[in-house]
Amino acid sequence: MDNILSVLVFFPAIAGLLGFVVNKNSIRTYGIAVTVIVFLLSLWLWFSFDMSNAGMQFVEMIPLIPDMGISYYLGVDGISLFIIILTTLMTMIGMASMGETKNIKNMIITLLFLEMTMIGVFVALDAIIFYLFWELSLVPMLYIIGAWGGPLRIYASIKFFLYTFTGSLIMLVGMLFVAYTYHNVTGVWSFAITDWYALVLPIEYQLWLFAAFFIGFAIKVPMFPFHTWIPYAHGQAPTIGSVILAAVLLKMGTYGFVRFSLPMFPDASVMAITPIAVLSLIMVVYTAMIAYAQKDMKQVIAYSSVSHMGIIMLGLFAMNAEGLSGSVFQMLSHGIVSGALFMLVGMIYERRHTKLISEFGGLTAVMPKFAIIFGVMLMASVGLPLTIGFVGEFLVLLGFYKVSPVMTIIAGTSIILGAVYMLRVMKFVFFGPLEKEENKKLKDLNARETWSLIPLVAIVIWLGVYPKPVLTPIDNSVNALLTFMDEKAITKEAKDMIIVAKSTNPSKLNMGDK
Amino acid sequence: MLEPINVSLDSLNLITLAPMLIAIAGGLIILIIDLINNKLDKTLYVMLTLLVLFINFGAVLGLNVNERGFFDVMLIDGISIISQLMIIGGSMIFIPLALTSKRFHEYAYPEFFALFLFMISGFQFMVATDNLILIFVGLETASLSLYTLIAMHNRANSYEAAVKYFIMGALAAAFFAMGSVVVYALTGSVELYKVAEVLATRLDETGLMVAILGSSILLMVAFGFKLSLFPFHTWAPDVYEGASAPLAGYMSVVPKIAAFVVSIRIFGMYIDLGVEWVRWMILILAVLTMTLANIMALVQDDVKRMLAYSSISHAGFIMAALALDTTEGNTSIFLYYALFMFTNLGAFTMLWISRHKKRRFNKRYDHPYEKFSGLIKIMPIGAVVMAIFMLSLAGVPPFSVFWGKIYVMQAAVNSGYIWLAIIMGLNSAIAAYYYLKLIVYMFLKEPVKDVDTVYYNMSKPLMVIIGFATFATVTAVFYVQPLLSYLYYMISASGY
Repeated sequence: MDNILSVLVFFPAIAGLLGFVVNKNSIRTYGIAVTVIVFLLSLWLWFSFDMSNAGMQFVEMIPLIPDMGISYYLGVDGISLFIIILTTLMTMIGMASMGETKNIKNMIITLLFLEMTMIGVFVALDAIIFYLFWELSLVPMLYIIGAWGGPLRIYASIKFFLYTFTGSLIMLVGMLFVAYTYHNVTGVWSFAITDWYALVLPIEYQLWLFAAFFIGFAIKVPMFPFHTWIPYAHGQAPTIGSVILAAVLLKMGTYGFVRFSLPMFPDASVMAITPIAVLSLIMVVYTAMIAYAQKDMKQVIAYSSVSHMGIIMLGLFAMNAEGLSGSVFQMLSHGIVSGALFMLVGMIYERRHTKLISEFGGLTAVMPKFAIIFGVMLMASVGLPLTIGFVGEFLVLLGFYKVSPVMTIIAGTSIILGAVYMLRVMKFVFFGPLEKEENKKLKDLNARETWSLIPLVAIVIWLGVYPKPVLTPIDNSVNALLTFMDEKAITKEAKDMIIVAKSTNPSKLNMGDK
Repeated sequence: MLEPINVSLDSLNLITLAPMLIAIAGGLIILIIDLINNKLDKTLYVMLTLLVLFINFGAVLGLNVNERGFFDVMLIDGISIISQLMIIGGSMIFIPLALTSKRFHEYAYPEFFALFLFMISGFQFMVATDNLILIFVGLETASLSLYTLIAMHNRANSYEAAVKYFIMGALAAAFFAMGSVVVYALTGSVELYKVAEVLATRLDETGLMVAILGSSILLMVAFGFKLSLFPFHTWAPDVYEGASAPLAGYMSVVPKIAAFVVSIRIFGMYIDLGVEWVRWMILILAVLTMTLANIMALVQDDVKRMLAYSSISHAGFIMAALALDTTEGNTSIFLYYALFMFTNLGAFTMLWISRHKKRRFNKRYDHPYEKFSGLIKIMPIGAVVMAIFMLSLAGVPPFSVFWGKIYVMQAAVNSGYIWLAIIMGLNSAIAAYYYLKLIVYMFLKEPVKDVDTVYYNMSKPLMVIIGFATFATVTAVFYVQPLLSYLYYMISASGY
């Protein structure tokens, strides 16, 4: 099936449209069935994916508006493959574990449309198609936050929408300018990213364009100081909204850097290493501190998620294979771990209708299964060896050490700080005496909740112990990307910085295993 | 004794007049039918109007590109053909909005439809000539008909709107006449192609710049009123509010297309002559228009007033494309309006079906935001469709206005006006807020009052129109390419 990508993109949307017909009582099963099929399709994509090929695979191209150079152009490489699988996995598990009962039909249909837009972003190879899915993904999320969220939901959803929308419009101007430059050089209009890769831009253009794309992506990540929308979005969103937001939507930003900024503007990217590293470090340390000060469990996880996004950003700009592969791997682990943590908080919230840490204590006694799974995810989030969180974080730090040892040490504190605020949650929620009357009657996880979390626990441990099946294809594509950047870079500094030779040996990458 | 003038019928090339004459004849036929039998229903007149427009459309399609006729007064170039097609097409999709389930005063008069056809012929004259006098005649024919159409909506604020529009329009006409006089005084001609020739030779003369400045400012003011550009836009929200929703939607598209064509001819000529500050004047007006109208739209309580300000802002957006004076810039004007037309048709139709005889929600407004709150629970499909129109207006892909928007922005980038493209982008972000506000009301709030008000006027024909508008809005990506290449071909063929 060569057009599997189109099927992956449009299947959820068509299922969403058909979902209007399905009866309200059966819609949940319908939604789960659809997402399972999408997940199986994405697994099929993985198995038919040629691991040794570092380029784009399953490419589809249909010209849409030739006069403007816009075409329907899809493809997948080792970097996007696993993010797509992460998307389908987290949508499936989020849908299965969802406890929402209000307006369930609208929720399921919205989620299916959201899944389409998310997959679309990661498979698009045409800038305008990418932009199309990117913008379209805001609409279902706006509805999810605004309709099922907390008391400030409308404010939070509008803030989320406008913030991202503004940033991406600046990015759109950047895209139009790249297309214009491409037209000047070649005489043809094209928005195909692979065509743009061939374009060698002067430094000055690269810097401006890097800035334009940076605004679009950084708001989505969200980089400090553009992160102010995220506490509201997470704080007000329903559980499923937070899960999808943290697991997938934030990855769009970092994925954008890998797909656009690094290969298109290699020299500007090298020049931006220090400023971006500084912003990332602020993000890591500052949000970790904020996380420590939170009284609300969900906010702790929200800020810790932002803090870990800082590590991902740092790895992207390490400009070597360890850093970049680690960073892409960390995107996956962050998606799974923070998604699972948001689900867990959602489950306890459904039982007690509060997320305040002070309301709990000694939960291990009444909810042992919950405590164990929460503990595993929490350790993975902190980056305990043999969990998925360790591999990515270690590789990123290893990669960035070659750039700046001092900054790496500061970034390393994220593990310590993470342990501090996470263990604080652990201590006050799960240990200590079981004092509150309400807590004594809490029920442990039911079968649906347990079985939607167990696959995630399995993945956390499996990829923590043996990350090779995922790391190898990522590493192939990352190496191809770096070689390409190295050839394309014009300044000597950039060429020196993009270290290809040292990291062509993939065996080095397996250090994360041990 | 005067020499007799011999004119052969062939040299008049009367076929160039055929489309307008068809519209006028159609209007007269409607009046005659009314004289014979005055008990006929509005459905007859709507269908007759549609048929007349259909013939008119065919007549325009049959015209040859780049011809002159009728003592060289008529100019049938690519722009005049595509704009006539858009004017007729726009009229054809707006006139069936008369087929509501409830009776409205204005549609009881056959004169409404006759005036409507006269108005269309006026617009067609405006765009199919480069003679300032004929432009003036067309403009006045169309405007006077339009004032009357607005006033026929039999409400206190409709009269207010009509009178306001009339006074502003009269003032604009006066400015246009004075501007034309200055142009005539400078060049001894009212035909723009001769004006351009003469001006090109006299451009270096000392002191002439002041006169050119005077003429272009006077004309700019006149078209500023017609296009509702800042600071001449203040009439627009009141007039839109007073007019019925179909006419308000119509006013935000068709008269503006006609005015833009004349602006392209006049101001494009000035920019081509190298009068650079005309370009800057237009750019500044355009930026101010889009920004200030957007900010005003943020604080409106009424959806129709919000849409009025939003269409002012869209006009500013397109005005900026005019200043670029490139083929792409001019193409983007038509592409934008062609795509904007369907979305706007849909949005105003949604207001129209919710139009109630009494103001049940608010003493002042017909369509306050509260009216639409919780629409997703009352009429889910209506809410989804309205949300699609709002997202399209906000420029969210893949809906129609987005493609117009990126084409305008691409044209700006291509001409080196990157700052303009950024301002356009930021303005789209501001605009997203007020479109979202309606979506928030529809999807995220609870209904406030009894439900029949929101689909009070619903009828089968209106459902068909909404379906058509939705289809055109959603599937835009598939017809942008043929539309764009046709527009580009026609515009480059006429040398703009």
